[in-house]
Amino acid sequence: MRAISPQKLGLKKKMYLNFTRDPKATRSGFGDALVTLGKKYNAKNKSPKIYAVCADLTGSVKMDKFQKAFPKQFVQVGVAEQNLVTVGSGIAAMGKIPFVSSYAAFMPGRCWEQIRTTICYNNQNVKLIGAHAGISVGPDGATHQALEDIATMRSLPNMVVVVPSDYEQTKAATKAIARYKGPVYLRLTRSATPQFTTSKTPFIIGKANVLKQGKDITLIAAGPLVFEAIKAAAILKLKHNISATVIDCHTIKPLDKNTIISAAKKTKRIITIEEHQITGGLGGAVAELLSENHPTLIKRIGVNDHYGESGEPQELLTKFKLDAKNIVKEAVKLCKR
Amino acid sequence: MMADIVREDIITSLLHAKSGHSAGPLGMADIMTALYFNILKHNPKKPKDPKRDRFILSNGHTCPVLYSVMANAGYFPKKELLTLRKLGSRLQGHPHRTSLPGLETTSGPLGSGLSQAAGMALVMQREKKSKSSSIPKVFVYAGDGEQNEGNHWEAVMFAAKEKLSNLICITDRNFIQIDGNTEDVMPLGNLENRYKAFGWDAVTIIGNDMKQILASLNKAYVHHKKSSKPLAIIALTVPGKGVDFMENDHTWHGKAPKKGEAKLAIEELHEHEAMLRGNWYNTHNKKNKPIHTHKKRKIKNNKKTKLNSKRSKK
Repeated sequence: MRAISPQKLGLKKKMYLNFTRDPKATRSGFGDALVTLGKKYNAKNKSPKIYAVCADLTGSVKMDKFQKAFPKQFVQVGVAEQNLVTVGSGIAAMGKIPFVSSYAAFMPGRCWEQIRTTICYNNQNVKLIGAHAGISVGPDGATHQALEDIATMRSLPNMVVVVPSDYEQTKAATKAIARYKGPVYLRLTRSATPQFTTSKTPFIIGKANVLKQGKDITLIAAGPLVFEAIKAAAILKLKHNISATVIDCHTIKPLDKNTIISAAKKTKRIITIEEHQITGGLGGAVAELLSENHPTLIKRIGVNDHYGESGEPQELLTKFKLDAKNIVKEAVKLCKR
Repeated sequence: MMADIVREDIITSLLHAKSGHSAGPLGMADIMTALYFNILKHNPKKPKDPKRDRFILSNGHTCPVLYSVMANAGYFPKKELLTLRKLGSRLQGHPHRTSLPGLETTSGPLGSGLSQAAGMALVMQREKKSKSSSIPKVFVYAGDGEQNEGNHWEAVMFAAKEKLSNLICITDRNFIQIDGNTEDVMPLGNLENRYKAFGWDAVTIIGNDMKQILASLNKAYVHHKKSSKPLAIIALTVPGKGVDFMENDHTWHGKAPKKGEAKLAIEELHEHEAMLRGNWYNTHNKKNKPIHTHKKRKIKNNKKTKLNSKRSKK
């Protein structure tokens, strides 16, 4: 795929996609953008504005560069996730923008009520960064593979949920959530995944990116699996003569209703793809939206009421049927209905 | 005496709310009065002044006492205390920051107040101009029962590590929680020693003795000049203090007084107030009278209760 130009695959020109770079993890995009933000806000304001708060996983969540550059704006709370988010709430109460981070399995996994009361109901400007989400965490196994975080965060009033799809988009998302005033959950992944967006690719919170227009089916994906959806769309065209719309739905809340409803009207079939339980995540959100507004045939691809396990990321994507091959299979099935 | 007015307002607002917590707020009334009228640097007219001292109520269920001192200090009209827990009220059953100006945070779920306060104190410490420059203080009021929560102790460790000497945590050591005595439910033992073991400075005081309260809080206010450790004040308080039949009875933790009970309670508070009062009423601002007084006076004029005649003699 790296050799093929995006336009040959029918991808929109104004999305400025590019497949020629090496894979990179979304968490790295966050780490790099955070340093840029630190510099930018320190130059603009009299006192520091950006704080990074971490629970003993500084290297893993890529806060190490920020820690080195701005030691006075870095806070270590130790292995204590409830303290992590509540200290974050206190820092936000002082007019700062704290980015608090741990593995998604632990934050929001172990401190949901603190997030609910002291951040969301309290409406504090805290940015929650859940790293190592999804089964692509790999060898660490099910305990460390958060598959329910979108559901628990999406149900909280005041919360915004963003799931960026690659390195560059994560950078754009990190900057965008810093500008946005209010609680945000940003979901990141561990392993290096294909890069396809560029610094020119548009990113607006709440506005999904339509990467490709098709007429037979719509593939809505979030996170690095957007790339699997792009691959699947190429295969569908080539082997099955099915033309697919591909939507990168990077914001799960607020969901881009117009884009999704108009795609449903046009293609009449929808597949959602995510590294999350099929209940409560992107699939759940899309199903809720469409069943109320424009009932449409939907297939939700995700982890189906199951925990993950140890293995290499690609092995796990195959085993849990989240890869392009399975998306193609489901799309063909759905198109026959 | 101010504390008696605060207590009366607690009883009256709880009576109107028909539910809520009685014992805790009554026990805390003395310290809360001292904080809002003697210790904290705050301005009810400018609740967002960046230089203000912060007060965080961690045990949010005791908010009737917070609302009462806030109203008496002038954050909102006193008659609004009668809307406690009612639909559309700014006085939510547990405090909600964005509902009422002057509240520093939202609380109710226990054990999370100290860590938010630590976050605030941390930013003040990190961003102070020079070593000697004075920074605001962060006072936390936490219950003893809530110290069963792990979150609280995570914050205790964090505050010691970050040397948050402008952070003062007052523990309402009244030995009751919903299911009974704290030492039966989940023993906390000697809290002063516990805090010291966690790297804090700690003192124990009688939390219903105004002289001791003021002495220790004034000391606490300049504590950061002498020590780099956060300070814990273990305040031994009597739950239900001021109302005979509520004192030391854990069944009063989570219920509001009924009409007759409230009447008895207020009469007792009046007697205590009268004992201390002298000509206090004459010399003080009239707005500091308990919320029910105007209404009550009309009725009392007809009935001429014993209490009233006592008052008029003075």
